[in-house]
Amino acid sequence: MEKIATRISYGNALNELVKIRPDLMVLDADVAHATMTMMFEKENPDRHFNCGIQECNMLGTAAGIASTGKLVFASCFAMFAAGRAYEIARNSIGYPRLNVKIGATHAGISVGEDGASHQCCEDIALMRTIPGMTIINPADDVEAKAAVLAMADFNGPTYLRFGRLPVPVFNNPETYKFEVGKGITLRDSDSDTVTIIATGLLVYPAIEAAEELAKQGVNARVINIHTIKPLDEELVLKAARETGRIVVAEEHSIIGGLGSAVADIVSEKCPVPVKKLGVNDTFGHSGPALQLLEEFGLTAENIFKVTKEFIG
Amino acid sequence: MDKELKKRLEITATKVRMGIIEGVYNAKSGHPGGSLSIADIMTYLYNHKMNIDPQNPTMHDRDRLVLSKGHTAPCLYSVLANRGYFPVDELKTLRKSGSRLQGHPVMGKVPGVDYSTGSLGQGISGACGMALSGKVGGDSYRVYAVLGDGEIQEGMVWEAAMFAAHYKLDNLCAIVDNNGLQIDGKIDDVMSPYPIDEKFKAFGWNVICINAHDFDEIESAVNDAELKSGQPTVIIQKSVKGKGVSFMENLANWHGAAPNEEQYNQAMSELNAKLNELEGN
Repeated sequence: MEKIATRISYGNALNELVKIRPDLMVLDADVAHATMTMMFEKENPDRHFNCGIQECNMLGTAAGIASTGKLVFASCFAMFAAGRAYEIARNSIGYPRLNVKIGATHAGISVGEDGASHQCCEDIALMRTIPGMTIINPADDVEAKAAVLAMADFNGPTYLRFGRLPVPVFNNPETYKFEVGKGITLRDSDSDTVTIIATGLLVYPAIEAAEELAKQGVNARVINIHTIKPLDEELVLKAARETGRIVVAEEHSIIGGLGSAVADIVSEKCPVPVKKLGVNDTFGHSGPALQLLEEFGLTAENIFKVTKEFIG
Repeated sequence: MDKELKKRLEITATKVRMGIIEGVYNAKSGHPGGSLSIADIMTYLYNHKMNIDPQNPTMHDRDRLVLSKGHTAPCLYSVLANRGYFPVDELKTLRKSGSRLQGHPVMGKVPGVDYSTGSLGQGISGACGMALSGKVGGDSYRVYAVLGDGEIQEGMVWEAAMFAAHYKLDNLCAIVDNNGLQIDGKIDDVMSPYPIDEKFKAFGWNVICINAHDFDEIESAVNDAELKSGQPTVIIQKSVKGKGVSFMENLANWHGAAPNEEQYNQAMSELNAKLNELEGN
């Protein structure tokens, strides 16, 4: 299966988006060669603005641009967009509900060799706390492009999360449909005894894990949640009711991410056991991305193992 | 400046100061000192300079003002009310539950408020974004950003200063209100930002220094800023914190304190006397 990093999908999609929204402006913070907004810069030099190493000013500038009615993407690494510039995202973008799209790349442990200072496993948690902030974490190239293009007519502060590591392109571009806030059921049956809810680069491993479980006679539903906020509560609660157990897999801290979002809603409206599989309240470290994913248990094998233990 | 115009502005500025006191007194909290120190330039901009229409507060080509020192919202609200954006009487609802006059300005809630501020250092970035968007769109509007001299201790201000000069945002005019005081005392005791003029010059800005309470100097500075091509301008205005209310002048205590009834009466009586004198009654 072909593998593409969603940051590449992001760069490509911006070049498509500007054809639909010619008012588009793209800001970057001296990482255009890494976030891949350089692909946009190459084709649209008069619409791309490098802010230098100023993530806070970049988000504030984006807010000012949005206040004049233009569509604006502000890009840098997840660590600095959601972490360093958190308060600007809250006060200058979230509070006035400005139409700023934060294009955050290099999310999660799969940043690899750069190590813990750049491996942001807290961004979803941070962004979730901002009222009205939409959070989108695409699983592959097809979904990432569709999510960016959907921003053409989606108004409001939005955090889009992309990865550095090439990941399998498993969605079919011919049939794939993206809708903000709607989860996608990738596998289900009448006899599901557990649901694996995954997001981002763990969606494909979740499918693989479910296939392995099926071989052992366990039917697992698989749901791809690309929009973490607002969460598709209906789909999550249906899964809770129908399968009785939920495993949530994400390349993010187990504190405050999709797992927490699912647990929040399930505990209140349809209490069933929820198992969170993610980064266990620890910092990452340097190493090849694939090796780190194994080490931190963010693989199909571990989703399989954890799910099996969970259902007993 | 034309004598009649100056008189009219002085009258409006006095009414603006009364509105500030009215708001903060009724709220029993708020920031009168820094609101009073910017009352003259705010009055000038909104009543003479800026291309705005209170009947059409969101028109695209309007000049914009970002009150980066957002805690001085009482001044912005009073200026807007006196300009006809909403009733002056509404100033009494400042900071009250249910009022649209929040402690710090919120865009989309109050007509005439162009940008949400309150967290210091962020407004100037927003103003940069507006100015850059104007350049890209070929728009004619100008953008003003009002900052405190304490506020410029925030590092983000200097990110924005670098950015504005780099992108030659000559449609941007920043105003630094140099009243010399912040909550904890004198700015040069707390954390000196001096020399403010040399810093902005080094960052590539056109720098103009004026007396904040002289309309002739205000007018000439704002006009010079508009003529400057290829560079953003900063007007550093030497001001008196608490200007116009004798017992509030030059005291850091009045940064964030409301007058009691007796103090309110004294302040209003001083401002009324000033108004009567100006109106020749």
